[in-house]
Amino acid sequence: MAKKNNYLQRFFDGRHVVIGIPYLWFLMLALVPLLIVLKISLSEMESTSVSSMLDWTHGWPTIKLNFASYSFLATDELYYKTYLSSLKYALMTTAICLVIGYPFAYFMARSPKHLQPTLLMLIMLPFWTSFLLRIYAWKTLLVNNGVINNVLISLHVINEPIAMMNTPFSLMVGMVYSYLPFMILPLYANLSKLDLRYLEAAADLGTSPFKAFWLITVPLSKAGIIAGSMLVFIPAVGEYVIPELLGGSDTLMIGRVLWDEFFSNNDWPMASAVAVIMILLIMLPMAIYNKYQSEQLEPKT
Amino acid sequence: MNNSVIKWFSQSWMVAVYIFLYMPIITLVIFSFNDSQLVTVWSHASFRWYTALMQDDDLISAVGLSLKIALFSALISVFFGTFTAFALNRYKRFKGRTLLSSMASTPLVMPDVIVGLSLLLMLVSLQQWLGYPERGLFTILLGHALLGTAYATVVVTSRLREMDGKLDEAAMDLGCKPLQVFRLVTLPLLVPALVSAFLLTFTLSFDDVVLSSFLSGPGYSTLPMVIFSRARLGLNPTINAVATVTITVVTIAVIASSFYTSHQERKRKREVAQAYSDTNQ
Repeated sequence: MAKKNNYLQRFFDGRHVVIGIPYLWFLMLALVPLLIVLKISLSEMESTSVSSMLDWTHGWPTIKLNFASYSFLATDELYYKTYLSSLKYALMTTAICLVIGYPFAYFMARSPKHLQPTLLMLIMLPFWTSFLLRIYAWKTLLVNNGVINNVLISLHVINEPIAMMNTPFSLMVGMVYSYLPFMILPLYANLSKLDLRYLEAAADLGTSPFKAFWLITVPLSKAGIIAGSMLVFIPAVGEYVIPELLGGSDTLMIGRVLWDEFFSNNDWPMASAVAVIMILLIMLPMAIYNKYQSEQLEPKT
Repeated sequence: MNNSVIKWFSQSWMVAVYIFLYMPIITLVIFSFNDSQLVTVWSHASFRWYTALMQDDDLISAVGLSLKIALFSALISVFFGTFTAFALNRYKRFKGRTLLSSMASTPLVMPDVIVGLSLLLMLVSLQQWLGYPERGLFTILLGHALLGTAYATVVVTSRLREMDGKLDEAAMDLGCKPLQVFRLVTLPLLVPALVSAFLLTFTLSFDDVVLSSFLSGPGYSTLPMVIFSRARLGLNPTINAVATVTITVVTIAVIASSFYTSHQERKRKREVAQAYSDTNQ
């Protein structure tokens, strides 16, 4: 009895509770759901639910895998094109965010120390206000009778409204706008820690500031560049709300296809298969991100 | 290139980015006071859309539901996020640590549609099995709590890293039991992080549309779901009014909380300085 008590006590000591509680929580809500998606992607839709995977017709359970959704994914050109165009838009978003965000983060890290907290808060503040409302705001700016066109017409810059809404342009504006803070924050965190003595040493040795920037600042901020790019790229691949509100019907994004398969066609195996392929596509960038994160957090001893 | 050109260039670059970030929000607010039915054509100033807002029953009940979900999901997120952060930071080596840390970061980077779909399919399987849970408030709450836990973990982790654990050791040397150390030393030091984690997860929940759409059942529409369905159809002046109200509340809350945290920080530094001068006397 005493032994059992001891065992129970050991089992319920602080360490096990502190580790066990989050473990159960994430297993149940993060890992198991993804496995279920994988399972359902290999099933068939039967009227209102998906087919059971275990087949008892032989008297013993056999696992029945149905690759119909995947073979449809592979044969229908639409899916292939949609994956490609999602990757294209996500890459473009990442590149534009980097081009705008890197100089910004650099200048912010070089601005007077007492101003930096305020500048940082001004970057975070839009992040706190509803994402949905900010995307809607771009709609009011970009439509044909929208604010931008009205202002340009009243200033006689243009005579006819420019068609900006429901184009790849409006999609890119919305994506860059929403994801720019995710690029700036890790870059700023990285660049503000940069040891300026390296640059002084380079200048003492006769390197021009421009060359020093490319040879010292950029390589040293590699971790920030990678973290920011992944934080923009990965969610951008699966983005649904922005293409739905700002993109045209011909801007293909995989998040929208998944949504339609699920909500309009009610085809759960198909939606799951679309999701599984999407996960495979973002697996590599996620692995890179995790690797750099853990290297950042646990510096080599 | 001389210095003044670089300075001018860097300042205009920063100003341009801030204009890009704030222009949509500012126009949204300005046009909420527009009397015209056309959202983007200015007629004259009025509170017409704010009065319309107060009679909009769909919107008001959606606000109520969203606030309820945001409050509870933020509390749950902070609770589990604190546990996760402790497990990952206080115990450096245990079996499956990598799995836990990657599971905890999955909801941060995974596209919303996948998180929503996977959670829903899990809940549907559970329902076929046990007859529970019904889709509605509880299922939305679970989804938001999952997302929030991941964010709360990040916030609490960054605070735990700043605390070097020396105070915990000192308390233990003075005879505190582990739970006492947590209650008397670690928890009070963590409070600012817990407050910001609460605010962040509250906002995330209040803002989410994709997870809610997947997880909600008939009769449960959160505020973003109502806004999204109206915005899909076109421009709608009531959205501008809703936006202005939320932006005002959020701005006040963010400024107040940043004052609170900087105040706490200064108070802590003062106390540390006081303690040092006391011991040196």
